[in-house]
Amino acid sequence: MLGFLKKPVVVTAEINLSLVALTVVGLMSRLWGLSYPRAVVFDEVYYGQFVSLYMKRIFFVDDSGPPLGHMLLALGGYLGGFDGNFLWNRIGAEYSTNVPVCSLRFLPALAGALCIPLAYQILVELRFSHCAALGAALLILLENSLITQSRFMLLESILIFFILLAVLSYLKFYNLQRHSSFSGRWWFWLLLSGVACSCAVGVKYMGLFTYMLLLVIAGLHFWHMLGDQNLSNVGGATCKINHVLRKACVSLVCHFLARGLTLLIIPVATYLSFFYVHLTLLYRSGPHDQIMTSAFQASLEGGLARITQGQPLEVAYGSQITLRNVLGKPMQCWLHSHTNTYPIRYENGRGSSHQQQVTCYPFKDVNNWWIVKDPGMQQLVVSNPPRPVRHGHIVQLVHGITTRYLNTHDVAAPLSPHSQEVSCYIDYNISMPAQNLWRVEIVNRESDTDVWKTILSEVRFVHVNTSAVLKLSGASLPEWGYRQLEVVGEKLSKGYHQSMVWNVEEHRYGKSQEQKEREVELHSPTRMDISKNLSFMAKFTELQWKILTLKNEDTEHKYSSSALDWITMDTNIAYWLHPTSGAQIHLLGNVCTWASANVAAVVYTCLSLWYLIRRRRKIYDIPEDAWQLWVSAGQICVGGWVVNYLPFFLMEKTLFLYHYLPALTFQILLIPIVLQHLSDHLCRSLLSKSMFSALTVAWFSSVCFAYRTFSPVTYGEPLSVAELKDLRWKDSWNILIRKQGH
Amino acid sequence: ISALLKSCGRRKATTRRWRPERGPGRLSGGTGKTPPSSGCARRRRRPPPSRSRRYLGCGGAHSGSRPGAPAGLRLPACPALRLPARPAPGLLPRAPAGWRAALGLVTLLSFASRFHRLPEPPHVCWDETHFGKMGSYYINRTFFFDVHPPLGKMLIGLAGYLSGYDGTFPFQKPGDRYEQHNYMGMRGFCAFLGSCLVPFAYLTVLELSKSLPAALLTAFILIFDTGCITLSQYILLDPILMFFLMGAVLSMVKCNSCADRPFSASWWLWLSLTGVNLAGAMGVKFVGLFVVLLVGLNTIYNLWDLLGNLSLSLVMFGKHFLARVLCLILLPLTLYVAMFAVHFAVLNKSGPGDGFFSSAFQSQLIGNNLHNVSIPEHLAYGSVVTMKNLRMAGGYLHSHWHLYPEGVGARQQQVTAYLHKDLNNLWIIKKHDSDTADLLDSSSPVEFVRHGDIIRLEHKETSRNLHSHQHEAPLTRKHFQVTGYGINGTGDSNDFWRIEVVGRRAGKLIKVLRSKIRLTHVATGCILGSSGKTLPKWGWEQVEVTCTPYVKETPNSLWNFEDHINPKLPNISLDVLKPSFVEILLESHMVMIRGNSGLKPKDNEVTSKPWHWPINYQGLRFSGVNETDYRVYLLGNPVVWWLNLFTIGLYLLIAISTAVVLKRGVQLTSEHKGELSRVVLRGGGQVALGWLLHYLPFFMMGRVLYFHHYFPAMLFSSMLTGITWDTLLKFFSQFLSPSTTARRVYGGGILTLILLITYSFYLFHPLSYGMIGPMASDPSSPMAGLRWMDSWEF
Repeated sequence: MLGFLKKPVVVTAEINLSLVALTVVGLMSRLWGLSYPRAVVFDEVYYGQFVSLYMKRIFFVDDSGPPLGHMLLALGGYLGGFDGNFLWNRIGAEYSTNVPVCSLRFLPALAGALCIPLAYQILVELRFSHCAALGAALLILLENSLITQSRFMLLESILIFFILLAVLSYLKFYNLQRHSSFSGRWWFWLLLSGVACSCAVGVKYMGLFTYMLLLVIAGLHFWHMLGDQNLSNVGGATCKINHVLRKACVSLVCHFLARGLTLLIIPVATYLSFFYVHLTLLYRSGPHDQIMTSAFQASLEGGLARITQGQPLEVAYGSQITLRNVLGKPMQCWLHSHTNTYPIRYENGRGSSHQQQVTCYPFKDVNNWWIVKDPGMQQLVVSNPPRPVRHGHIVQLVHGITTRYLNTHDVAAPLSPHSQEVSCYIDYNISMPAQNLWRVEIVNRESDTDVWKTILSEVRFVHVNTSAVLKLSGASLPEWGYRQLEVVGEKLSKGYHQSMVWNVEEHRYGKSQEQKEREVELHSPTRMDISKNLSFMAKFTELQWKILTLKNEDTEHKYSSSALDWITMDTNIAYWLHPTSGAQIHLLGNVCTWASANVAAVVYTCLSLWYLIRRRRKIYDIPEDAWQLWVSAGQICVGGWVVNYLPFFLMEKTLFLYHYLPALTFQILLIPIVLQHLSDHLCRSLLSKSMFSALTVAWFSSVCFAYRTFSPVTYGEPLSVAELKDLRWKDSWNILIRKQGH
Repeated sequence: ISALLKSCGRRKATTRRWRPERGPGRLSGGTGKTPPSSGCARRRRRPPPSRSRRYLGCGGAHSGSRPGAPAGLRLPACPALRLPARPAPGLLPRAPAGWRAALGLVTLLSFASRFHRLPEPPHVCWDETHFGKMGSYYINRTFFFDVHPPLGKMLIGLAGYLSGYDGTFPFQKPGDRYEQHNYMGMRGFCAFLGSCLVPFAYLTVLELSKSLPAALLTAFILIFDTGCITLSQYILLDPILMFFLMGAVLSMVKCNSCADRPFSASWWLWLSLTGVNLAGAMGVKFVGLFVVLLVGLNTIYNLWDLLGNLSLSLVMFGKHFLARVLCLILLPLTLYVAMFAVHFAVLNKSGPGDGFFSSAFQSQLIGNNLHNVSIPEHLAYGSVVTMKNLRMAGGYLHSHWHLYPEGVGARQQQVTAYLHKDLNNLWIIKKHDSDTADLLDSSSPVEFVRHGDIIRLEHKETSRNLHSHQHEAPLTRKHFQVTGYGINGTGDSNDFWRIEVVGRRAGKLIKVLRSKIRLTHVATGCILGSSGKTLPKWGWEQVEVTCTPYVKETPNSLWNFEDHINPKLPNISLDVLKPSFVEILLESHMVMIRGNSGLKPKDNEVTSKPWHWPINYQGLRFSGVNETDYRVYLLGNPVVWWLNLFTIGLYLLIAISTAVVLKRGVQLTSEHKGELSRVVLRGGGQVALGWLLHYLPFFMMGRVLYFHHYFPAMLFSSMLTGITWDTLLKFFSQFLSPSTTARRVYGGGILTLILLITYSFYLFHPLSYGMIGPMASDPSSPMAGLRWMDSWEF
């Protein structure tokens, strides 16, 4: 009893002062004067609009990446009390007083600052000396491009932070592996690694590269474990199933499952949760609604939901409907007809049927209404009880305003001569009979007796006589067709394509048998009962697919560059220019660091090749454990550089210098590794060692000098024209110099 | 077949007869009196005293077993040298007669299936319209441009020439009847090469797995695949490409088998044959690069192996290294360059491909207007010139009386880039401060244009000046519009352009044809360029010309002067321009590569995606659309393709479990270990790597893709199927107790697969050999029941 009192209560704290000092200096370098310039800087103009939309809870689709990064930026805005009222339209525009600039920029800057201690820790975990770790941290600290990128509302610094965090936690986990498997700390670091990976992917898809690298490294490490015969007997259970599987053991399986769970399943779950939060936050309809399907739009507050709320679900004979093409390209549109006819002869001399035009029209219009009719009956109203239309039923579609039947026949379409013309049939008393029967095929049916449902069902209309399929060709008609989109009957239907699929968007049960009353009815807005909800997974799948496939116009940008320009830093990006003084901010790296990082990569590759070949001939230049360190450092640093850089050569999108920063970070970590290796193993005598140290110090001071020189354009300090001209070390740099007189 | 299976299932080596007629004297040094059970077995029992190297060459039974090899050659080692004896069931076939007979059988079947109904249909099918036409170009010696290297088309041309085709058939569009023209030579040549694929695959699998059933399974898969048959029956590049590709793989595998006898004649032969085939594959299509990669990786692996062998001195290693450099790099490179030399030597007349190439190149072609002409060398004021854009197919700077339509920038005269030669391409060079009239005065001295001068360009036909201003360009909205402006050569200050030569100092003269020049608009600082986009109908579908504010060095914004007329200057012969062969080679490669990446899918075009291919999602219509047409549809035999797809998964499973078992050091009998690592990991791995290399890169390609791009990968996939099923059945049958049951299960399994494939071919053969009648989507068609996927359209 009370035995615990007999022992003294001791708290032992071990504080690595250099690490603390580094963190403090890092925070200072990134956070100092954060609200300057109080103007929109470069891509803030792009991310800012999403922050505003988050504040207003309006739904949007951004094809540049998943939502975590945007949400973190929006979190900054939320904490700073931003109301979202700012027009993000121009780089350099002054912020109004309601924009909390400092808190919007705080999170990226914090992430950027924390990269410094992370770099330190990574080197320590790679088993390099504290001196090397200090060097790595200092190099990251003094890297101008990383500072610039961190100080504004941009995503790269957050991405780099998560990447480094993932690497560090994996290394911590791996180093714990040998002594304390399945301990609390082991689980913590393993979990953190998985979560950080998915955060990195959640910020930008670029994070995927590092995630893949870590998976490969984890796979390699597990492969080595497989060969470790001692390990299989841990737990004492040597299962003798048969001679083949004799040594397959529980502990290995546990190791495998633990890794699978934390590095595959948890990241996926985390990634899904980002979208869950994203979709929960954004529940109002907004500018990007039209990209999404009708079902998705109906789940948003306002917009389509206001119209469709209370529509009957099942389409019945006599229903009045509008039909939207599912493709949504080149723009969303609805099946449409109007009293004008196809011209008798087209410009190129081909003839037409001269019947009423059928088009696809991108705006809501009373002429978009069609009535579903049973071919066997005359009535155009819904009977009581309604008779629903099912998959495989044959229907006629009657245009509501003109009461003509949707028809197609063996006449070439106006712009796609290999397809059939679609028209609303006019009987000219020539030998061209009406062919207006269509079979309804529900594409996303679950069984063959499915009912045609509003919004949810995607249907194809197959022409009974010619088996042509109603299709949006995507071409826009000339003047006579009012530039509306062409609709054709596709005879050679090549499997499933969205341009052939339609869904009912607006729907009501028709009540008026008389044409005049019906016209009034068609003009009146729809309103009836029932609503529908999409599951989260359905929404997620659709949104994810749209993000991946949505293509922005291929835009040329003044500061875009090619991947090859990055290693030599032949390009820069002007982020901001003061309207009157010469102060400006550029994304421009520390020349000295970039050059030495390249040298380090080359030295590492050459040395590794040399060692490898010599080892193959059984000549061991360095001790085995030094070799292991060298290899594992290379896996992380060279591997990280390669996976974050080389894929850009295959990409066709517009590239900017800032895409290189994650790769650069890994390359910078390589510098102290190579330096320490050189001094440990290649400088044999004391003299050469001290000379090497002196050289290193000299080199480091040049890094400091380069940092000092370029810090005015990093922090946006005012400069005179002469000073600006002096900064232009490379002809290809675009430093903005005003003409004299300002 | 069952007889063959029995023969390979023969129980013990001792039951096999020695075959003295294959020269035991040659192989066993004349000691053929007591025929041993096999060369390998004997070696273990009674090590020969002096001629060990010869004995390493493995037994006579073995050398007879390779019917594909020339008779006098020493052949690869038998596997038992590396492996201990086989397990009791003795499933390793070592019956040379069986092997040879099987080879004969599959070759015969292969030729029969490929040559059956070869002349049908007697009209142009699908891409025959391109490659047949290009064959004709070689016969007529007119220059053309194609995105593929020339070897395939040269061979087609040669085959046509030898078989008496005169090159007069126009090959205008698919469906044109051949009438009296002799097309069978070309088709027959392609079918011959296509038929060789089967024996090649058979021998490759035999070499990798040393198992006759595996090889037979592979051979039957390829014989009875409707896709492979269809693709081999027409004048296409694919059979030629696949011939070289499989040839390279076969020689590589054979060469690996010779690894224990380096520098022997057969080793050299197979190594150099590998090189020759690589050059052939690269010379037909750039896709051949993938097989080069495969061979390259294999070579690196081999060299790495040799490097680790400490009994090998570094000098010997150096020899190995140099031999490979010689045979696999220098030899193919030489052949590749040589085929281009032949290509350019044969095509010496001007033809449809001229416009794609630079002015210097065009001057080499007979009949081109630049051929043997002489024009003034240096550009002077008052000269009449044409300007050609330096991007590929960039066209000449052009203008005409038509104006830009309402709403497209300023309503001034259009300036475009035009690919054909035309009077509207002519421009007059003027000083910025004096008029045309002064320059035409014959008494005034000639003044040359210099780098950095400010000039005006007047359109000769319409007398308007080249002009730009800050209106947006018609298509590339971020650029400025370029127009023709002014009346009779009088415009405004927006007509001034600074002329600069790339990489030259100020004040230098400007050379016609050779100088790359850039025109900078003085008022706005933008650069004259051609965006490469085609204008709509109002612009006569010519190419857009813009002034780009982004100062970047791209061929889009560089020009050269092509025609140059100035009566006051002496003409010089353009022969000085003659590009060297290396320059021509480089240029044609640049043009081909750009052409390849330029094949982008059009908007809304339904294109084939790489993931469609292994599941046989959609075929290609080779001939015929309507019910009355003779229709041929390129589609793989679905049973074969789905078996292949399933097997890839199966193989992955087997390979991973094998690797894990070996890594865990599970106690296996050493035969098992050797067998598994050799066949599954090494042999299967090579083939699986080949499949990956020929398939995955397509996911990253931006160009238009077609179903037939998958066929090289399909060859590898079929070989993998043979090896995997053979190993799997063999492995499981070993657990059955009496060896007769084991043999029956094993043989029966392979036989079932082969019969299944044969039957499915019987069902689907009309796809290749032609269908007439209602479409399969019509229930009355005989093929209606076979339309297993909605996306098939036969």
